Amino acid sequence: MSALLLRDIRLAARAGGSATLALAFFASVATLVPLGVGADLNLLARIAGGVLWVGAVLAALLALDRLFQADFEDGSLDAIALSPLSLETVSLAKIAAHWLTTGLPLALLSPLLAVMFGLPAKATLALFVSLLIGTPAISAVGAVGAGLTLSIRRGGLILPLIVLPLIAPAVIFGAGAVLAALDGLGNGALPLLAAFSFAACVLSPFATAAAVRLNLGS
Amino acid sequence: MLRYANPTRFMQLSTPLLPWLGGAALVLLAAGLYLGLSVPPDYQQGETVRVMFLHVPAAWTAMMAYGLMAVASLVGLVWRHPLADQAAKAAAPLGALFTVLGLVTGSLWGRPMWGAWWVWDGRLTSFLLLLFLYLGYIALWNAIEDETRAARAAAILALVGAVNLPVIEFSVDWWTTLHQGESILRKGGPLIAAVYLWPLFAMALGYTLLFFTLWLMRIQTEILGRRARSLMLAEDR
Repeated sequence: MSALLLRDIRLAARAGGSATLALAFFASVATLVPLGVGADLNLLARIAGGVLWVGAVLAALLALDRLFQADFEDGSLDAIALSPLSLETVSLAKIAAHWLTTGLPLALLSPLLAVMFGLPAKATLALFVSLLIGTPAISAVGAVGAGLTLSIRRGGLILPLIVLPLIAPAVIFGAGAVLAALDGLGNGALPLLAAFSFAACVLSPFATAAAVRLNLGS
Repeated sequence: MLRYANPTRFMQLSTPLLPWLGGAALVLLAAGLYLGLSVPPDYQQGETVRVMFLHVPAAWTAMMAYGLMAVASLVGLVWRHPLADQAAKAAAPLGALFTVLGLVTGSLWGRPMWGAWWVWDGRLTSFLLLLFLYLGYIALWNAIEDETRAARAAAILALVGAVNLPVIEFSVDWWTTLHQGESILRKGGPLIAAVYLWPLFAMALGYTLLFFTLWLMRIQTEILGRRARSLMLAEDR
């Protein structure tokens, strides 16, 4: 499992890999928003949580459709499926690798963008923590979608339609936590976000493995 | 249940049932509409209270459709009955249709009552997300060419959605709420006057029967389409 994890991380971290692309996408989306709504820092601080959360979800989705597809196309997924590892474990490794190469870097980059949006320190911390505990849910729920659309030629188009409604709670809790911190309210959203994320990570490998299995035709 | 999973037996049973179901649905819908148009206007909502008779049953039916779709998906996934797959497939567009109906009638009611066609309220938003779930399900089914694979992929998606729906509902409610709370199935009896309850229940039952009529018809069409395809394949050989 660790070999698979390391291999996926190495593939994503290479030049032109999905990790850097997702980060660049995240930063460009965040740059476009002030150009669209104006440079008023008060307004930007209000919407920063929502914008950065939506941007992070979209950036993470970008790398998702290749999660299994690349391995499926060159046949290595068959080899992995034949190995003594169960597909559930493989799915968990894939989810972990996706999170380590997109979710985690996105969370690490978010404070910088938050400063550019004029977010106060406390809300920035809330954004960072919410992305840190919320992005695993994106990887986990997204993996189910990636497994389901694995054999579809234009799977990248259907994947967002499937995954985005399912990921809505994470966006609500994550952006809600930032707004609550901005208004000096309690952080009731963070435990809920953690619960959602945790449940998604526990349940998703089973659904993902079932989806991959049916696409391998075994 | 396994006894009725045979497509031929299903056809034999559902064909004589269909005119009765459809007829009952028509009678109930007509009675509900008549009653709904003849009740006095509400003291607060005025004439717009009549929209409720179209709106609330549509929302109920849309949720019931998802439940039935999820159950059919589970049966299809566990026992591998093609008929259950067909049933799940046939329920999705109907569910999406009733969801749209609920959203549109709600919007028509919201304009005079809340002063806006659309508000980002909990119920409305979770219903919009339900519509997207339906659309994703239909899109996934259409995108996979191999029918058994499509059925199983769609079934997994339907079940994941079914697990996630309560969470979405909860999170959206927690997010914000303007829609009125539960006023019919609540402890201590309904909050709605009895004059309004009768047309509401007639319409709800009418919608449900209409859904079942259309559902059975769609399943029959799926079965016939399957048979036609296999006949064509047999002829090509």
